[in-house]
Amino acid sequence: MSQHTSRPTGFDSATLTRLQADAAEIVARYPQARSALLPLLHLVQSEEGYVSPHGIEFCADLLDLTAAEVAGVVTFYTQYKRRPNGEYTVGVCTNTLCAIMGGDQIFATLKDHLGVGHDETTDDGTITLEHLECNAACDYAPVVMVNWEFFDNQTPESATALVDGLRSGDLPTPTRGASLCTFKQVSRVLAGFYDGRADEGPAAGPATLAGLEIYREQQEAEREGRHSVRKSPTTEKDGDA
Amino acid sequence: MTMTLTPVLSRIWDQPQSWTLPVYERNEGYQGLRAALQKAPGDVTQMVKDSELRGRGGAGFATGMKWGFIPQGGDKPVYLVVNADESEPGTCKDIPLMMANPHELLEGIVIASYAIRASHAFISVRGEVVHVLRRLQAAVAEAYEAGYAGKDILGSGFDLEIIVHAGAGAYICGEETALLDSLEGRRGQPRLRPPFPAIAGLYASPTVINNVESIASVPSILRHGADWFRAMGTDARDDVADKDKPRFRSKGMTLFSLSGHVNRPGQYEAPMGITLRELLDLSGGVRTGHQLKFWTPGGSSTPILTAEHLDVPMSYEGIVGAGSMLGTKALQIFDETTCVVRAVLRWTEFYAHESCGKCTPCREGTFWLVQILRRLEQGQGDTEDFEKLEDICDTILGRSFCALGDGATSPITSSLEYFKDEYLAHFEHGGCPFDPAAATLFQPSAAQGAGGRTR
Repeated sequence: MSQHTSRPTGFDSATLTRLQADAAEIVARYPQARSALLPLLHLVQSEEGYVSPHGIEFCADLLDLTAAEVAGVVTFYTQYKRRPNGEYTVGVCTNTLCAIMGGDQIFATLKDHLGVGHDETTDDGTITLEHLECNAACDYAPVVMVNWEFFDNQTPESATALVDGLRSGDLPTPTRGASLCTFKQVSRVLAGFYDGRADEGPAAGPATLAGLEIYREQQEAEREGRHSVRKSPTTEKDGDA
Repeated sequence: MTMTLTPVLSRIWDQPQSWTLPVYERNEGYQGLRAALQKAPGDVTQMVKDSELRGRGGAGFATGMKWGFIPQGGDKPVYLVVNADESEPGTCKDIPLMMANPHELLEGIVIASYAIRASHAFISVRGEVVHVLRRLQAAVAEAYEAGYAGKDILGSGFDLEIIVHAGAGAYICGEETALLDSLEGRRGQPRLRPPFPAIAGLYASPTVINNVESIASVPSILRHGADWFRAMGTDARDDVADKDKPRFRSKGMTLFSLSGHVNRPGQYEAPMGITLRELLDLSGGVRTGHQLKFWTPGGSSTPILTAEHLDVPMSYEGIVGAGSMLGTKALQIFDETTCVVRAVLRWTEFYAHESCGKCTPCREGTFWLVQILRRLEQGQGDTEDFEKLEDICDTILGRSFCALGDGATSPITSSLEYFKDEYLAHFEHGGCPFDPAAATLFQPSAAQGAGGRTR
């Protein structure tokens, strides 16, 4: 760890000690320390709900970089927030396929319903609404992500119910994924600290299994076909008897 | 004869707890690794070369050949980086693969690392899929525990560290050298080549970068042999001059991802060379009551195709022959309710948003393409705009620093080729002549008599 810890990070000493221990664990994963920067930024985001100037100083100090070098990285990636984020990021995919399948209508409905636009947070601090680019679930379009968990095949109505549940504390269950946790908690998983919940949720949704199911049906039909061809004389005899 | 599906990568996705090690082990899991460790590393590479496996991430480069480029015996460590930053619009195969069976990928990683003698393997997964990240984290822990990773793997003397690394949201990090910069803790911007990553990649050391599906295909090759893999797929096209060269064939099974206006979207694992018509026949076709209008063979960066291309074999060469690229085999299907100008504008906005800013043609070009397309969509353009679009595309294509810029031009030039009339209709109509509601998943059904277009 860097020797010149003179710059004030703004974290109290207990928090700083805890963060430094986590940070040391992250740095130790990599052959070269600078590779730890992205997970470290997820880590400071898990502490404050965004990447604050304190968080930037903390990372810079740790990796012997300037604050400007770290800030240059922060601004490049969309998952790092420059302002306090809501407890839940609700991202509506509005890339072409999802948009056409209804993502545009879903986003417009939520914007209206929540009274916030892209990258804005509701007054109660619960929800930050976002336009998403393709999230690799096109076979479940239109897709909404809440704190990076999948909510597949959404409609304006289901998405409205979804955000109402988030605001009332009656948390909806992701279609494929673990039960929802907060933005800060998710950021900690992104920093590489496993939360022990891999076994929650299904292996796959129906679209993921579409081809496999058809294959199994084909195999079944083939077996039955062979079966009936071979057995047909017997069947006739049975019928006669 | 009906084209059959060939689930190999997807074979256990419908089993309970398919993501766990015990389930994988009961289904031939890590048998490929055991076979590999009986061979010399060079022989493993040769086997992958013999299988004719080509990259499943878009470019289609021969996987074994890539491994063979790694100089051996130098004093620098060798690295394997798995590109799990799946974010090309339309592409949705690697994420479900890692969600349902991360061990297939891990086994491939250990085999590949053994073949190239890598000391560390990194899985660089996009940060926007937290549950996939959990499944990878848990699977890696299981693999270490069982002796498939870490020190002296299965008593072979081979050591490998596997690091799961989450990105932070940037499409460009799917570009392999941008991925390396990102993995080094920098802004994800592409690097100038040469030097190629095989010589100076991660930390300026020899590095192989492979797509998730490419690596996950390796265990099956070790289990069943190169001949088994090569028995699936296409043979050399007759009109290709050096048809004896392996690079002109597309072998093995692969994941085709069907999305959009189809009755049964999803993952279909089939041999290379299946046609879209065959796939639609198998899967229940285009949305009932509608017709295919246009489709992408491999994500938004591959030029769009139309109904006239239904019988083109979906192989690397077949799709190139039709004027597009196989890409990631992301088949986004759009029916006649879709406005092609709206679709192309949205893709172009995506490229402008994701342009990393490093090179001028892409950074400035994508910005201006958006301005012009917005005007066209609003019906305020004129025919001179077509020339301007083509001129800007011409400046970007082949002149930008990486393939992001090239990809940005694909939807525009291909849509102008097939659907110029539809652009013109926007002028005549003074805006978009389509009803966006008709294209949605939740449009009132035609049976209720409420779904018909009024225009």
